[in-house]
Amino acid sequence: MSAALELGINAFKEQIDGPVVAFFSSCVRCGLCSQACLFYTETGDPERTPIHKLEPMRRVWQQEYTFWGRLGKALGLSRPVSDAELAEWEPLVYDSCTLCGRCSMVCPVGNDIAYMLRKMREGMAAAGHAPEGLVGATKRAVTLGSPMGVKLPALQTQIRHVEQDLGFKIPVDVAGADYMLLLSSMEIMNFPEFIRAVARIFKHAGVSWTIASEAFEATNSGVQIGVSDIAAELVERIVAAAARLKVKYVISPECGHAYMAIRWEGPNLIGRPYDFKVLHIMELLDQLREAGRLRTTGREVRSLTYHDPCQVARRGGVVQQPRNLLKMIANDFVEMPETGTMNWCCGAGGGVSSNERADGLRLQVFKRKKQQLEAIRPDALVTACSNCRIYLEEGLDEYGMELPVLSLTETLAEHLVDKG
Amino acid sequence: MTETELLMWVRGPLLQAALSIFLLGVVVRLLEVALLGRKPDYAEARGSAVGGGIRTLITRFFPDPGTWQRSTFTVVAGYLFHIGFFIALFLFAPHILIFRDALGIRWPALPTPMVDAATLVTLITLLALLLHQLYDKVRRFLSRFQDYLVWLLTMLPLLTGYLAFHRIGLPPTTLIIMHILSVELLLVVFPFTHLMHAFTLFMARYYNGAIAGYRGVNS
Repeated sequence: MSAALELGINAFKEQIDGPVVAFFSSCVRCGLCSQACLFYTETGDPERTPIHKLEPMRRVWQQEYTFWGRLGKALGLSRPVSDAELAEWEPLVYDSCTLCGRCSMVCPVGNDIAYMLRKMREGMAAAGHAPEGLVGATKRAVTLGSPMGVKLPALQTQIRHVEQDLGFKIPVDVAGADYMLLLSSMEIMNFPEFIRAVARIFKHAGVSWTIASEAFEATNSGVQIGVSDIAAELVERIVAAAARLKVKYVISPECGHAYMAIRWEGPNLIGRPYDFKVLHIMELLDQLREAGRLRTTGREVRSLTYHDPCQVARRGGVVQQPRNLLKMIANDFVEMPETGTMNWCCGAGGGVSSNERADGLRLQVFKRKKQQLEAIRPDALVTACSNCRIYLEEGLDEYGMELPVLSLTETLAEHLVDKG
Repeated sequence: MTETELLMWVRGPLLQAALSIFLLGVVVRLLEVALLGRKPDYAEARGSAVGGGIRTLITRFFPDPGTWQRSTFTVVAGYLFHIGFFIALFLFAPHILIFRDALGIRWPALPTPMVDAATLVTLITLLALLLHQLYDKVRRFLSRFQDYLVWLLTMLPLLTGYLAFHRIGLPPTTLIIMHILSVELLLVVFPFTHLMHAFTLFMARYYNGAIAGYRGVNS
């Protein structure tokens, strides 16, 4: 056994906990999860059945944790998991899964398949079977501070543009602020309007906030690729900045996986609770709305629908807040069929968008979203994840659908009553 | 050994042995899950893990509308088979007497013709499920030797029970012996196959619901 393979197998073993054993023990191979996964429904390829993507890790469990498996292993009857097998599974584990967790909602025996897939990536990465695109993004996140290689000067330039436009300063490294805002590289490079919108809303609502120059990146490639050590290091940078600036809250921007990484995985990656609270921008905006600190004017007459980012809604628990906010400004808010925690993924989450090899497949499975949208034919599609947003735009473009994709934060900012 | 002696041995010491393997095996398998447990969660909870776990235990009995629509056969056949199997096992008067002798508790039986009909429906459903397993591309792809074995071992007690009740083909005593033997086979294999799901699914659902519930999601 090669050293890398041994690392991988050991990582699988380390990842196997009570839930994983309960899940593997319960699977009766009914195949219902296939119909919950857009990578199966849009390709018809049975290999992409969610539970099958876990096969090598299941075999490790079977050989190491069950009576027959251990007996078989002791007698030399079992075929150990090989390097070739892991190589074969790499496109299933990374290209064909966005960790969207829809399968986990339908499994009749209750298997949380996405929970296991996230764990499986730890073993895959340790064995050296993670896609090149994600390896590159992770390296850039560690060395440069951003998976897209966006460094502080780039952010400063964008901030200067926004400041010139707005006529007031964007708070950077302000100690004692209440809220520390994180941003995704995607927002800094492609959607600087988001920074502008947040700045306007926070000024309007009188929110004391800051950006930290030493920890502004919200995304965590370590989580997506499945390397907990790196993921923990990226979380520690944010924790250190939050401590230095003495903030009470850290705000995850419009990014699903960033929210998952900092809100739910972060404390477990570093092995201790935070001294601050984490909110998704949708949660904070909804709190401001509830407190009467958001005053809007005018209403959207076009029909709007909302795309729930998987890690924000199904895996993150922020479902109602964006709807409350949309109802402030929309006359005609329509839900897609299968929405909220049962929404279909855009196809680009979980590191798929960083993995160029998966580009074709990603566009192929976008047909699922297309069907969902065609069922209601809205005038605009609103979401709260910049990664979803850019790949929704790309998918719509690919299929010749003309539908504007909007950020909820930005749309809300357009309706703010200017205090003058 | 006469046939009667064989029957006594099969329903006596052999059944005891099969039950022992079953019980010990199941307990070990459940302990495997319980002893591994979970690491503590340091993220601040939004909802209740326990509440979510209990919720999902119940809600997973009911498929979501999309699954119902896209996988109607699997859902309907799955339900029919399980309900029929439970009726035959627990609501057939002679079985209740066995449980009463062993456990000291009893419950009302269904009229025998109803149990008979349910058994027939279950056997037909099992056959349909096997055909589906052979012809549906996902299920055929996922199925391994164990899955077909488990199908066979589940079907045999129902079939032999049905034949024994109707005295079809062989002498009644022979059929009863075969029926009990098939049950014993099922019991012995149970802890080592995914038949275990009958117990572990409650743990799986609980964990699924607890992980989601902690984050404020109803899964």
